[in-house]
This record gives sequence, C-alpha cells and structure tokens, in this order.
Amino acid sequence: MISLSQFLIVAAILFGLGVAGLIVNRKNIISLLMSVELILLAVNTNFIAFSHFQGNNAGQVFVFFILTVAAAEAAIGLAIMVVLFRKTHTIEVQNLDNLKG
Amino acid sequence: MQNNLLQIATLIFLLPLFGSVAAGFFGKMLGKRGTNWVTILPVAISFLLSAYLVKVIVLDNHPAVEGVVYNWMTTGVFKFDVALLIDRLSAVMIFIVTFVSLMVHIYTVGYMAEDPSYTRFFSYVSLFTFAMLILVLANNYALMFFGWEGVGLVSYLLIGFWFKRESAVFGSLKAFLVNRIGDIGFVVAMSAILMYFNSLNYADVFAQAHTVATQKMKIFSDYDVSAMSVICIFLFIGAMGKSAQVPLHVWLPESMEGPTPISALIHAATMVTAGIYMVARMSPLFEYSPITLSLVLVIGATTCLFMGLLACFHHDIKRVIAYSTLSQLGYMAVALGASAYDAAIFHLVTHAFFKALLFLGAGSVIIALHHEQDMRKMGGLAKRMPITYLTFMIGALAVSAIPPFAGFYSKDAIIEAVHLSTTPGAHFAYFCVLAGAFITPLYSFRAVFLTFHGKSHVDPHVKVQESSWVILLPLIGLAVPSIIAGGMLVGPMLFAKNNLLGSSIFVLPDHNVLLEMAKTFQGAKLMALDAGDTLAFWLALSGIFVAWFFNLRKPELAEKLKIRFAFLYNIMVQKYGFDDFNQLVIVNGTRRLGDFLYKTSDLKFIDGIFVNGSGKLIQWFARISRKIQTGYIYDYAFSMILGVAVLLIWFLH
Amino acid sequence: MLHFSLLSILIWLPVIGAILALMTGGDEHANRARWIASIVAIANLLLCIPLYLGFDSGSYAMQFQENHLWIRAYDIHYALGVDGISLAMIILTNFTGLLVILAGCNAIKFRIAQYMAAFLVMQGMMIGVFAATDAILFYVFWEGMLIPMYLSIGMWGSSNRSYASIKFFLYTFLGSILMLVALLYLYNQTGVFEIQKFYGLNLSLHIQKLIFFAFFFAFAVKVPMWPVHTWLPDAHTEAPSGGSVVLAALMLKLGIYGFLRFSMPIVPDACANLAWFMIILSLIAIVYIGLVAIVQTDMKKLIAYSSIAHMGFATLGCFMVYYIMKYGDTYKDAYMSLEGAVVQMISHAFGSGAMFLGVGMLADRYYNHSRMIKDYGGIANKMPVFAAFFMLFAMSNVGLPGTAGFVGEYMVILSAFEGQAWVSLIAALTLILAASYSLWMYKRVFFGPVANEHVEVMEDINWVEKTNYILLAIGVILLGIYPAPILNVLHVTVDHLLKQSLPAAMTGL
Repeated sequence: MISLSQFLIVAAILFGLGVAGLIVNRKNIISLLMSVELILLAVNTNFIAFSHFQGNNAGQVFVFFILTVAAAEAAIGLAIMVVLFRKTHTIEVQNLDNLKG
Repeated sequence: MQNNLLQIATLIFLLPLFGSVAAGFFGKMLGKRGTNWVTILPVAISFLLSAYLVKVIVLDNHPAVEGVVYNWMTTGVFKFDVALLIDRLSAVMIFIVTFVSLMVHIYTVGYMAEDPSYTRFFSYVSLFTFAMLILVLANNYALMFFGWEGVGLVSYLLIGFWFKRESAVFGSLKAFLVNRIGDIGFVVAMSAILMYFNSLNYADVFAQAHTVATQKMKIFSDYDVSAMSVICIFLFIGAMGKSAQVPLHVWLPESMEGPTPISALIHAATMVTAGIYMVARMSPLFEYSPITLSLVLVIGATTCLFMGLLACFHHDIKRVIAYSTLSQLGYMAVALGASAYDAAIFHLVTHAFFKALLFLGAGSVIIALHHEQDMRKMGGLAKRMPITYLTFMIGALAVSAIPPFAGFYSKDAIIEAVHLSTTPGAHFAYFCVLAGAFITPLYSFRAVFLTFHGKSHVDPHVKVQESSWVILLPLIGLAVPSIIAGGMLVGPMLFAKNNLLGSSIFVLPDHNVLLEMAKTFQGAKLMALDAGDTLAFWLALSGIFVAWFFNLRKPELAEKLKIRFAFLYNIMVQKYGFDDFNQLVIVNGTRRLGDFLYKTSDLKFIDGIFVNGSGKLIQWFARISRKIQTGYIYDYAFSMILGVAVLLIWFLH
Repeated sequence: MLHFSLLSILIWLPVIGAILALMTGGDEHANRARWIASIVAIANLLLCIPLYLGFDSGSYAMQFQENHLWIRAYDIHYALGVDGISLAMIILTNFTGLLVILAGCNAIKFRIAQYMAAFLVMQGMMIGVFAATDAILFYVFWEGMLIPMYLSIGMWGSSNRSYASIKFFLYTFLGSILMLVALLYLYNQTGVFEIQKFYGLNLSLHIQKLIFFAFFFAFAVKVPMWPVHTWLPDAHTEAPSGGSVVLAALMLKLGIYGFLRFSMPIVPDACANLAWFMIILSLIAIVYIGLVAIVQTDMKKLIAYSSIAHMGFATLGCFMVYYIMKYGDTYKDAYMSLEGAVVQMISHAFGSGAMFLGVGMLADRYYNHSRMIKDYGGIANKMPVFAAFFMLFAMSNVGLPGTAGFVGEYMVILSAFEGQAWVSLIAALTLILAASYSLWMYKRVFFGPVANEHVEVMEDINWVEKTNYILLAIGVILLGIYPAPILNVLHVTVDHLLKQSLPAAMTGL
C-alpha cells in the first residue's frame, strides 16, 4: 500500500519541478506554460490523494474542473503567444521585458 | 439743551464730510465754482456753530455735554459708541479747527486756482476737517483713534497730492509709516486701558484713574512696573508720532511736499497738535505717572531746541517753517511735561494762528514766484507784496515771542512754568526752552530778511505782484488773532480761578505750576510791560539782532563761520543723521530681513526642503524601487515563490 | 416649506445652475452661460434675505435644520443647519460668488461655460461646508470644493499653473486626510457622525492632543498658517483673478471655521494646552509673513502674503481665548477676542477680494498680463476712478479705522493684552507692516509719472467692474463704520461657542 505521504511527496516533487521550470527557464515561453500545467497537476495529485484517503469524492470532482480550466488556460495562453510572436517575432522569455520599470 | 448741543456737534462734523463727499464724487459735475460752494459753505456753517458752542460751553458755563450718536459695536460687556464729548477743551479745539480750516478753504481758492485736481483737493481738505473734528469731539479712545487715523490718512493723501512727483509720494509714504509707529503706541495703550479700566470712555477711565494708579503690571515674571506708566508711555508714543517729537519727527519736514494750504492746516495748526491735545485730554492719567511726565518733558525739550537749530540751516522757506513747527511743538510738549496743560493748549491755540499765518504767507510768496521755494532766490519782496510782508512779519513777531503778540504770552507762560516745575528733567528743559527763545527769532527773522529784505535774487522774468484777495483775506483773518489772541486769552485761559478749560484738565496739587504763577500774574498788560525783566525777552531780541547781522549786515561772515565750523555745519545739514539712519538701518534692514525670510526661509527652506523636498524624496524612492521591476516573468515568479516561502515559514514556525 | 429646505436650495441651486451652464456648450453660446450664471448667483444672494430675516439671533441652536438619513450602515445623515457664524459665512459666500461671476463675465475669454460652472459648483460646495452639521457630509463638501478650484487654477491659470494646482491639491488634500482619521475616531467613540455629539466627549489629554494635531493639519493648511502656507502664494499667483478672490475671501476662512467648529469645542483641553503653539504660529504669520510681503515683486503674491498675515489675526483671536481666561479676570475679553476672530474672517474677504480683483483688472489691461510691480507706475494718471477705489481697499488692508479691515484686528489686539501684553504688542506691529507692504506697492503701481507706453494706453474701469467695486466698497465702509449688525448676529453663537470651547477647569470662572 502506498501511503498518503508518498503521494504527497510525488506531488511536491512535481510542484517543485514546475516552480523550478518557471524560475529557471529563460528560453521559451511554451515551457513556462508547461511548467504551469505541471504545477496544476501537482495540485490535482494532491486532490486525488486526499480524496482517496479520506473517502470524499468532492476532491476528484475538483480535479475535473481544474483540468478543464487548465485546458482553457493553455488554449488562451497559446493564442496569446501566437499573437505575441506575430508582433515581436520572438517568444523568448528573456526578450519580453515590457513590464520593466 | 443737552440734546440740542449734541445735535449741533454732530452737525459740525457731518457738514465737512458732506462737503468732502460732494466735492469728491460730483466735483466734475459741480465745476470749480460749485465745489467752492459745497465745501466752503459747510465749513463756514460748522465754524459758526462751533462759535456758538464756545459761547454756550465756555462763556455761559454750560456743563459738559456727552451723548451717543450711534452704537458702533457691542461685544460682550464692552460697548463701543460713536459718542461725543463737548466740554471746554473740545469746544475750544473745534473752534480753532474750523476757523483755520475755513481760512485755508478760502485761501485754497486762490492758491490752487490753476490746479487740474482742484476739486479733489477741496474734497481732501474737507475730509480732513471732518476727521480732525471727530478726533477732538470723541468721548472715547476708539472714536478718537478713528479721527486720529483719519487725519493721518488725509495727511498722507495730501502730502502725496501731486502724485507725479517722486519726492511727494515718498514723503507721503514716510509720513504715514512714521505716524503708524506712533499708532502702535496708541493701540497698545488702548489695550492696556481696556484691561485696567474695563472701558474706553474718558469719563469712566478718568473716574478710576486714582485707583488704577497704584496697580502694578507684570512685564516679565518677576519685574513689575506701574500700569499707569505703561499706559501713559504708550499713549505718549502715539502722541510723539502725530506731534512729531524726536525721534518720530522725521516725517514733518518731508510733509512739506504737499500744497502749502495743507501745510498750514494740517502740519502746523491742527493735526500735528493732535498729540498735544491728546496728552492734555489724558491729563488725569499722565498726572499719576511722574516718569512719563519726565519723559514728555525731556523729549519735548530736545525737540524744541534741536529742531529749532535745524531751521537756521535750511533754505527752503517751507522747511524752515516746518522745523519751526517742530520746535514749537516741543514747547507744547514741555508744557505738558511740566503739568502746565493749560499753557500747552494756550500755546497750541496761538501757534495755530501764527503758524498757519506764516505758512499761508509763505504760500503767498511761493505762488507769486511761480512755485519757487528757495529763499536764496527771493529777497526784497517787501515793497512788492506789502500785505503779505506785513502779515508774515506779524507771524514772525508772534512766533518770536515779542510782546504783545500772541506768541509772547503763551511761550512766556511755558518758560515760566518749566522754571517752576519740579518734575525731574525740568532743569534740562528750562535750558532748552531758553535756548529756544533765542533760536526761534533767529530762524524766523532769517526767513523774513532773506525773503522780504535785502537785494532781490528773484528770477527777472518773473513779474512779482501782490496775491489776490482770496489769498490775502485769510492772511488778515489770521493776523488779527496772532496779535490779540495772546493778550486776550492769557488771563482767562491760564490764571483765572475758573479758567477757560476748567475741569477738562486735571492737575495734581503738587504739580500745579500755573497756580504758583497765578499768584504773581497781574493782567496781560503788565505782563507785556514787564517783559523787559525776563531773560527770554532779551534772548529773543538778540536772536533778531543776530539774524539781522548775519543775513543783512554781514552775510560774508556767515560764510566764513560755515567753513570754520564745517563739521558742525554738516551735522546740521544732515539733520543729525536721522534720515540716513532710518533709511540705511530701518528701511534697508527691514527689506533685507524680508528678503532673507522670503528667499531663504520660505523658498529654500520650507518650499525647497519640505514641500518640493518631499516630492523629490518620493521620486528618488521610486527611482530606486523601479530597479526591482525587471520585467522578466521568472523574476516575478521567483519573488512570488520566495514570498510564499517566507509566509509559510512565518506561520508554521 | 421653503423654510425647511432653504439651505438645500442654497447649496444645490448653484450646482444645478452649473449643469445648465455646461449644457450651453462651447464658447459660441458664451452669453447664455453668462446669463445663467449671473441669474443663479443673484438668485442665491437674494435667497440669503429670507435666511437672514428668518434667523433668530437670540438662539445659539442650529436653525433651518434639515435632516435625512443618507447612509444607514454608518448612520450618516444629510444634515444641515446654521448658527450665527455659518449664517454670516453663507451670506459672504453668496456675495463673493456673485462678484466672482460678474468679474468672470468680463474677464474670462475662453471656455466661459466651464468657468462659470466651476465657480458655481465651488459656491455650492462652500455653502455646504458652512451648513453641514454631519461630519461626513462636511467632509464631502470640504473635499468636493477642491475639484473645481483645482480645475480653475489648472485651466484658466497663468504660466506656471500646473505646478501650482498640483501643489494646492496635494497640500490641502494631505491635511484633510488626517481630519478624516480624526472624524473616524470620534465616530468610534460616539457611534454617530453628528458634529454636535462630538462636543464634550470625555477624552484623555493624550488622545485630545492627537486629534488636535489631526485637525490642525487639515485646518492650518487651509488658513494657511506658517509653515504650511507656501501653497497659497503659488495658487494665488497662478489662479485666474476670480479664483484668487474665492481663495482669499472664502477658502482661507474654512480653516478658521474648522478651528471654531471642530478643534476648539471637541478638544478644548488640548487647545488650552497647546494654545501657546498656535499663538506663536499666529504671531509668526503676522510678523514674518508681513516682512515677507514687503519684498514681493509680484502684486498677487504680495496680496497673498498679506492674506496670510491677516489670517494670523483670526487664529490669534481664536486661541488667545485660552490665555485670556488663564490670566484675565473674567471672560469678557475672551469673548471679544473670539468675536474679533470671526469678524476678521468676514472683513478680510472684502478688502483682499477687492485687491485681487483689482490686480486682475490691471493684468487684463496690460499687453502681456504682467503682475509685476515694476511693469507698472503712474496708473493713477490713467485710471483715476480705479485708483481711488483701490486706495480704499488698500486702506482696508492696512487696517484703517472706518474700513472693514480695522474692526477684527482691533478687537483681537485689544483683547490680547489681557492675556499677554507682549502678544498684543507684537500683533500691533501689523499696523506698520501692513501699511508698508500695501502702501509701498500702491506707491509703485499707482503714483509717479506714467511708467511706459503700455500703461499709457490703459483705460479706466468699465461699468461691470465699477458695479463690482461699488458693491465691495459699500461692504468695506459699512462694515467699518457700522459693524454692529453683523456682531449682533454673532453674539449668542460666539457666546455659546466660547462656553463649549473652554476646558471644564476654566468655565468655573
């Protein structure tokens, strides 16, 4: 039997990978989106784990919601990226510093 | 009767106001002739009414009348009324004021005939008469202050009457500002009076005078002074401003920039004597403050002697008379200091006649010479202007205290009073007034000799002729009282048991020098005949002689002396340096201080450091903090995570 | 029913007028906007007549009260009412409002409808401030007034207007925020926002002092007191002359009004404790600012500084009360002092307002609208009528008896002696300082020969300006020679206010 903590450890690792991807990655914006997905997956994993161990299905329902939203988010994100690429001819994170003060 | 008198008094001061308003607003419509009517007629009626008041109050012995015209304002328990007091003192004063004013009004018709601002001038002169009457008639300090400032305003307007002239405008500003220094004294004195007497009405104040006399006032935590002295000193500072006592005398010579009629009216006969009048009116207070009496005595004596000296060194005929006025005001102040208030008012009255006469005479000369005031460019006018000469001579004799002219009686009384006075400083004052008795004829006759005698230095293009009757009439009108007023009034005014001013004046028994003098007084005639026994008389004669010697007989000797004593001469020409001191130290000092406060304190310090500084600080902070905003997503994400981590640690710890 | 909503009408009529004026559109219909504004202003002034006549000067209670619940959650009311002081100030506001509109008809050449609207809104807001008896309503009007003023400086001002308008806005706004904090604290203590309920709260001295300073910043900026006065000269110089008039005649008085309505009755102990502080600041205003005024080269700045100095008398009169009570024997002098402060508030409006208008008239006639003293000279030759009027107003500024400027200062100086003699003496220095700066300016601008060819072509004032000046001159002289009617309205109110404003320890006297 896999214990809850093992699930949580996996989720934490996924989360950490996602965060690291966000911070460390300086190249492509697509990998940022993927990192975000990874973080969401970590959350989903937690939900499912808790739902299973506590016998409460609500968590699993939430996962569906999150997956849907994440899909929508990815779609919008990609769309924005396309537009961005058209305008700036780059999607390198390093070059996108319009918010610089 | 009571009410009637009050109504008459109200009418007396309202009539000139009406004239002023009519001439001021509708002068253009009325034209010169109309202006003459609307201003001279009201003043003439005022004069007749004042004469009636003098008859009722002074001659018929009617008791003093007091009454409210209207309530100016009420605040708490204090009522400030526009209320009048008609007693012997104010009756005499309004008589003088309206008389001289009437003379000046008539004289102005001739003097200002060519001036484009003819109606404006009349409006001002009438306004002045109004303010002066208010000053005199007031029964409380607040209303007196209204008149006090009112005459100051009109004096300012009239000195600067020819406002295109830089010197006139400068003189007017100076006069106003110096007067205002005195007014500070008056205002503070009023505050103190209100505090100690809880009223500003003369009657209430005088009634409590002896009780307040013992009160002390704390200045610093453990330093007490007599409250009465504080009040009186501040009052006297007010009087010094108006009556041009050293060191607040500097405005009076400058005021000669105004047209001559107002020099006669304002700066000789009436306004400048307001300070003297005020102190006399406040005699019940001053009597209880021996320190102030000494101060008045010393300041008056200083003014009397040193300003008289200056008159000998000026060439502008009006300035000579102005310095003479200062000196005579000094005499009056000395009389006040010696507690001979009646003598001060007596001299005020005679002085009003003969000094107005001198000024108007000088004006007659000036107008004949087409506005030439320098005595070096006159001379030998006696034959061509006989009536002016004669009247001017009468004025000079009167001011020189030659019996039996008016000035003799009043000035001799003052000298004698000072001699008898025991007020500290009386010795110094006695010396000064005696020296003054020598100097007065010296400068007066110097003016007479330079103007009317000797060789003519008049510009040959100018055709000199005697002035018109509107100018001569007032001269004669003033010459008559300059001769007879002294002899007529000396008895009733100073020495009679029930004297002219009666209860308006209060003198403590141990100060009563006039009573002392009354013992030896045996009538005006004898006083004039006995003049030969007095030192002052011989000093006066020698003054005339010296004036004659240096100006007509041996003018070259004067030149030699001038070179020999160049140092002293320079001091005199520089007027003891008062003007330079004021200009360099006070005026420039104030401006520098203002400049410093504005540029350094306001602009650099408050605005620069605090106001704009705080703006700059925020800008600086923003400049620093914008560096954190790199614009890279991963930096933001990192700081977010970092923030979450910190919060987690914080809460889980 | 007019009686019950008179105050509301007074407040909102100008606002409605402003909307109507705005609806006239661009400058092609400027005359319509002028007419609307003038009619509204006149109507408002006429409405003051029933207000004055209906006012019972024998009662200190708020009159013409209106009260509607506004925000239930916090018990905020739309509550209006007037006592003697606010009555006088409302009449003054309407009077000044009319003058400003009339002057604007003549002087403003572009965006006339907007200009009229801004000043009408300002007028309404100011009446609201004086009439509000609910703290939040007061605060709303208080801040609401800033916007049209800010716009008028920014839009119709002269060259450096954006700096001045921002400075004005930030300065005054910063102060008001602290006042809001104090009001919220008081709300927490009482549970209502009714100003009357704030009076007589039993607060500790420490808290009182904090509240005092919160109020102090709000009101001292408005007065303005040294050292938070530097916005005023800038705002005045840059504002159009109508704006300057409103600033000088009314807006500065709001500060004093605030001290009277809030600081003194709400935190009397702190006021008594800190009176020395206020007195010193007032004396600094009188002497220091007076000296600064002397050296000004810009006429408007000079008058602005002189306004600060004159307002020093109002604050001095307010806070000298505590010293007079401490050292004097009875409270009659304190009463005179406070009444003097209120009179000073009213009387200053006439003289300084008129002088600002006058400078505006001069600048309008000058080819480059210069306000510099050195550019003028000998105006009296070319504009004698104007010169005569200006002399009267300058004399009022000097504080000559018989003009409006004298009465308040005189009362304050007279009564101050009872508290501290030296305060009276220092305050009396204004006699010479005010004369120096006013008359020295007058001398340089009006006297002397005609200074240059630009002055040579100047024409005397026209009938609109003359009407304005005659109105002001009547005000100046009437208030000077017969101030009793105004004082009679104030007596009971000031008496009551004084009793409320004294700490318990002092009222025993």
